[in-house]
Amino acid sequence: MNHCRYVITVIALTLVLVLLALACLAFGSVDIPVDRIVDILSGKGSGNKAWDIIILQSRIPMIATAALAGAALSISGLLLQTTFNNPLAGPSILGVSSGAGLGVAIVILALGGSLGGLLGENMGSYMAILVGALLGAGAVLVVLIAFSAIVRSNTMLLIIGILVSYLTSSVVQLLNSVATEEGVHNYVAWGFGNFSGVSVAQMPVFAGIIVLALIASALMVKPLNAMLLGSRYARNLGVNVTRSRNVLLLITGVLTAVVTAFCGPIGFIGLAVPHIARLSLGTSNHSRLIPATILAGADIALLCALVSVNNPHGIIPINAITPIIGVPIILYIILNRRRIQYFN
Amino acid sequence: MKNENTIFSTHDLAVGYRNGSEQVILLEGLNLALERGKLVALLGQNGAGKSTLLRTLTCDAPAMAGQIKVDGKDISSMSQKDRSRLIGLVSTERIQAGALTVTELVGLGRQPHTGFLGRMDEDDRRIVRQAMVDAGIIGKADSYVASLSDGERQKAMIAKALAQETPIIILDEPTAFLDVASRIETMRLLQTLAHDRGKAVLLSSHDISQSLLLADELWLITTDRQVLTGTTQQLVADGAMDSLFNNRDIHFNPNILDYSF
Repeated sequence: MNHCRYVITVIALTLVLVLLALACLAFGSVDIPVDRIVDILSGKGSGNKAWDIIILQSRIPMIATAALAGAALSISGLLLQTTFNNPLAGPSILGVSSGAGLGVAIVILALGGSLGGLLGENMGSYMAILVGALLGAGAVLVVLIAFSAIVRSNTMLLIIGILVSYLTSSVVQLLNSVATEEGVHNYVAWGFGNFSGVSVAQMPVFAGIIVLALIASALMVKPLNAMLLGSRYARNLGVNVTRSRNVLLLITGVLTAVVTAFCGPIGFIGLAVPHIARLSLGTSNHSRLIPATILAGADIALLCALVSVNNPHGIIPINAITPIIGVPIILYIILNRRRIQYFN
Repeated sequence: MKNENTIFSTHDLAVGYRNGSEQVILLEGLNLALERGKLVALLGQNGAGKSTLLRTLTCDAPAMAGQIKVDGKDISSMSQKDRSRLIGLVSTERIQAGALTVTELVGLGRQPHTGFLGRMDEDDRRIVRQAMVDAGIIGKADSYVASLSDGERQKAMIAKALAQETPIIILDEPTAFLDVASRIETMRLLQTLAHDRGKAVLLSSHDISQSLLLADELWLITTDRQVLTGTTQQLVADGAMDSLFNNRDIHFNPNILDYSF
């Protein structure tokens, strides 16, 4: 019965993914007739150079970016929730995104006006930003590991994550006060959240890292499931808890850092999507949860992307949309925590 | 004290904890032996070191001195995986597994035996099923863990330890949160596992009278930090039971197998 529910959920999430991707292809700020889109995709070209460019270099990369970023953030959230044994953990609330953001800020502001575009087409500069994000996310994860050994309370760890976010944003403000105007502008634009920031040339790096990290997370199913029983039981089942936790946090850090570097600090997806997956599957078993979380994350991010670009008055920042989807889900979880299976 | 049935033994073991750079020793010079087919109850007052001793025996805490051996082999030199095939644990830790079914939970007990991804084959599934039958939880095989009563949850955790197929099962306060009926049922189950399955079962308990009735052997942590071992009859006859508590007004009454004023 449970297996049936899993198969149906995965098929439904995949269908939604395909539909949303098609919608993102067909609808945008410029109206392009569907038959012309088919022509462009089949390689014939639409006869309109601008349309060709919009579809091939803007909409398709945006669809891939949104789907990958959504999957990456959602898996980050799932891994954090299991490793910290905390249903309200997520990359943004624990400050991992802000840490990555601080790394990005330091690099963007240091390079200042030398960046062309959001992240810059220059391989060297966006690699520098990527490294900055990885170091920033890694630093926050180290802080969280240290505090989680001292404070036993889940709520306290969340508050520490929020404090870390405040601290990083104040450091960023201080940096802004000494940065060039263009650097500040780039940083502010990045902070809105954006799935259009990955160019065709950058896609192999972005997609490659995320796909590898997602595969790595799927290989951690066994320790993840054992950790549902707490670290003492997990050790007794032969899991090296310290090593597994470090690997899981490394995967989380990489996923969050890559998405944050390219798309900005995107909130709520990582926190809310694992719950969507758990609620729709009715299980905490990671062998089912991981595929469903990847698909649901891609779905939600594509939905945000679709809303973002289909506003007649201009693009809506992604970070203005994610809370509208995420907050009701989190409130539902908090209000129903006695009833929902996995809290008991 | 040792014979060919001994599977688990300690050699001049000292247990305790580190407080900064200083070692706090709770119990030392322990030479204990656990036999196949025996149910042993570890009794002592709160703070006597029951939990620390069990954590040391399950390698969740480091030994302060001495050795722990399974079948003559030092467990500190074994890999975690090897240990997980020798000692099964049941504790009262809070678990996050409410949305797993009982079958999935018990299936986690197969982890020491499955491959990298934890896939179970027909054999594993049969063992899981048998473990649920033996622990008397098969009727709830497809129920969520969250829907179980405390007693049923404990049975599911015992089934997990059975699925692990370890010769030794260690239980940290397995009856702590249970009502009287579930306590007796759990103790009976553990007794059956020891006597009929040949498991070496060690449990810590607050529950003196039931431990005395059902355990084959007792390990008593006395107020002067000795661990006295022996059969229930021996220890009762020796008056050892009066060394369990500090209070002079409380005496062990052999007629009711419990303490009274």
